Amino acid sequence: MKKMLAAATLALSLSASGLAFADPVKIGMITTLSGGGAGLGIDTRDGFMLAIKNAGNKDITVVTEDDAQKPELAVQIADKMIQSDKVDILTGIVWSNLLMAVAPSAVAQGKFYVSTNAAPAQLAGANCHKLYFNAAYQNDNLHEAMGEYANKGFKKMFILAPNYPAGKDSLTGFKRYYKGELAAEVYTQVGQTDYAAEIAQMRASGADGIFVFLPGGMGIAFMKQFAQSGVKIPVMGPGFSFSQDVLPAIGDAALGAKASGQWAPDFDNEASKKFLADFQKEYNRLPSIYAVQAYDAAQLILAAASKASVSDADAFAAELKKAEIQSPRGNFKFNTNQHPIQDIYLTEVIKKDGVLTNKTVEKIFTDHGDAYAKDCKL
Amino acid sequence: MTIALALEQLLNGIQLGVMLFLMAAGLTLIFGVMGLINLAHGSLYMVGAFACAAVAAWTGSFWIGLVASLVAAAAAGAIVELAVIRRLYDRDHLDQVLATFALILMFSEGTRWLFGSFPLYLDIPPLLQGAVALPGGTEYPVYRLAIIAAGALVAFGLYMLISRTRLGMRIRAGESDREMIGALGVDIRTLYTVVFALGAALAGFAGAMVGAIQSVQVGMGEPVLILAFVVIVIGGIGSIKGALLGALLVGVTDTMGRFLLPKLMVLFVPPAQAGAIGGAVASMLIYIVMAIILAVKPRGLFPPAHA
Repeated sequence: MKKMLAAATLALSLSASGLAFADPVKIGMITTLSGGGAGLGIDTRDGFMLAIKNAGNKDITVVTEDDAQKPELAVQIADKMIQSDKVDILTGIVWSNLLMAVAPSAVAQGKFYVSTNAAPAQLAGANCHKLYFNAAYQNDNLHEAMGEYANKGFKKMFILAPNYPAGKDSLTGFKRYYKGELAAEVYTQVGQTDYAAEIAQMRASGADGIFVFLPGGMGIAFMKQFAQSGVKIPVMGPGFSFSQDVLPAIGDAALGAKASGQWAPDFDNEASKKFLADFQKEYNRLPSIYAVQAYDAAQLILAAASKASVSDADAFAAELKKAEIQSPRGNFKFNTNQHPIQDIYLTEVIKKDGVLTNKTVEKIFTDHGDAYAKDCKL
Repeated sequence: MTIALALEQLLNGIQLGVMLFLMAAGLTLIFGVMGLINLAHGSLYMVGAFACAAVAAWTGSFWIGLVASLVAAAAAGAIVELAVIRRLYDRDHLDQVLATFALILMFSEGTRWLFGSFPLYLDIPPLLQGAVALPGGTEYPVYRLAIIAAGALVAFGLYMLISRTRLGMRIRAGESDREMIGALGVDIRTLYTVVFALGAALAGFAGAMVGAIQSVQVGMGEPVLILAFVVIVIGGIGSIKGALLGALLVGVTDTMGRFLLPKLMVLFVPPAQAGAIGGAVASMLIYIVMAIILAVKPRGLFPPAHA
């Protein structure tokens, strides 16, 4: 009895310290915590939980499950979370193909989905939904930024991506802004580990720049092999290719690579400094952009929950859409299609105190939305 | 397309083939001698890569890491054989597949528990850094040439081991008639453990060699395992010679397909789609080749005589 009283008092004092919510909120996080893509999911989870922990609010609960990067498993978990855990909001999926399996049916059942990463074009345009929010970007954005960057000083680009939907979105996004000539447009297998054949083509192509979108282990393999090949053409890519989860494994081969991103650890704003310090203190490593995106997703949910009840979908959606947060990224607001409008920067891989990381070089886009928002009738 | 580019791609194909051979040799040896389908072979490859990366990071020497990978993979193989595989020889292949699949999951989660989810760093030793000039003016990475050389040495070593040593004689005898060799007083249980550890060491060696130019991460073994199975099916299950030729065939076909098919497609479809279609067909090519070979020779190119 004494214990229960103590627990009750503690809960009371904690909830008083956080923002009081109109209604308790239950969040279901489905992300990749095992298999080859686990690094991304772990950063997603840790970034999200950091914001929840900082808020210190007991009205919010998060249940987390591992999707093992398998769409069918993600669907089962989502069904379970909606039906037996009674979650109000789903979040956390890293991969676009998994998101397409989960999000449309979740929002059709009246649940919110706030994406921390995956942002397929299908959900940004005509099929946008009032309960679907994306706190990260739209899939094409970072590739568009590199296309814009390549216009300056590159005349013949060799572009390469894996042969799957996000890979095609990538090269489409790049070409939407890049105006120069293409030396070649190459699609590789998903999960390919040997790029000797492609690197030989790069050497022979006469290209003056190379754009690669190869997330996770594919990018690690490519960069290491490229560094050994003796080919001296500059390599660039979207932020995922050189984000903090893969840099230590690529090693010095990544030095000097240019990439695009909405955030880098050297951002000079208070929110970013606080986030970086908190994250390093909590987890003893540098965060990747996946962690920032998830951190902001949690902040957005917290901000909306302090103003509206999650059971009133329209009011909660309206609050989410206009939520003001201290994003480490700096400027952040939602577009009409509930995807971000944000600045996108050029970054470069450097070595600082013996650790590989990204530094900001310049701003590529200011207040950048996406090409699909005009088709969204929200 | 120049001769130099074609030569470079041919070398790339051979290098991929040699790497597949290191995996396939162990797999086919284990199947040939024990009749066991070992899905966990890819996990032993991963064990080799992680052992090499961890030891190289600790000692600063890739070479010590390479030795560690052989030791670790052989030890892991021997332990697995003694603890699990030994009970599976008399079971049918479905039981073997189930049990070794469970081993994959255990190895993967065990490795994650030990090393975490983020990929490890493993660099090429300074001696093999950089590229050398090839005839025709192009350059080729020294490390890939070293992989080709190492693979050729292993193939030669295996040939000598199997045809010229007492252990090899027993392995061949075990392939032909395992009851008879037991009746003749050879300790068949020890022989099985040795063969399994040998196959595991080859996989670990491949993992360490390849880990230096790829990503050392959990689950890295499974994509290679699938290719290794294609190789031994093409080569004839149980045949080392078949594994070597099958591996080279798969390596060269895959590399040349990835290189030539998108170019070929340009003749038929607009360039924008040629890359995607060519890439898609290239990724199917080795399976198409396998289907054709199996249609003509259902038991592979070099089926062992007794099977």
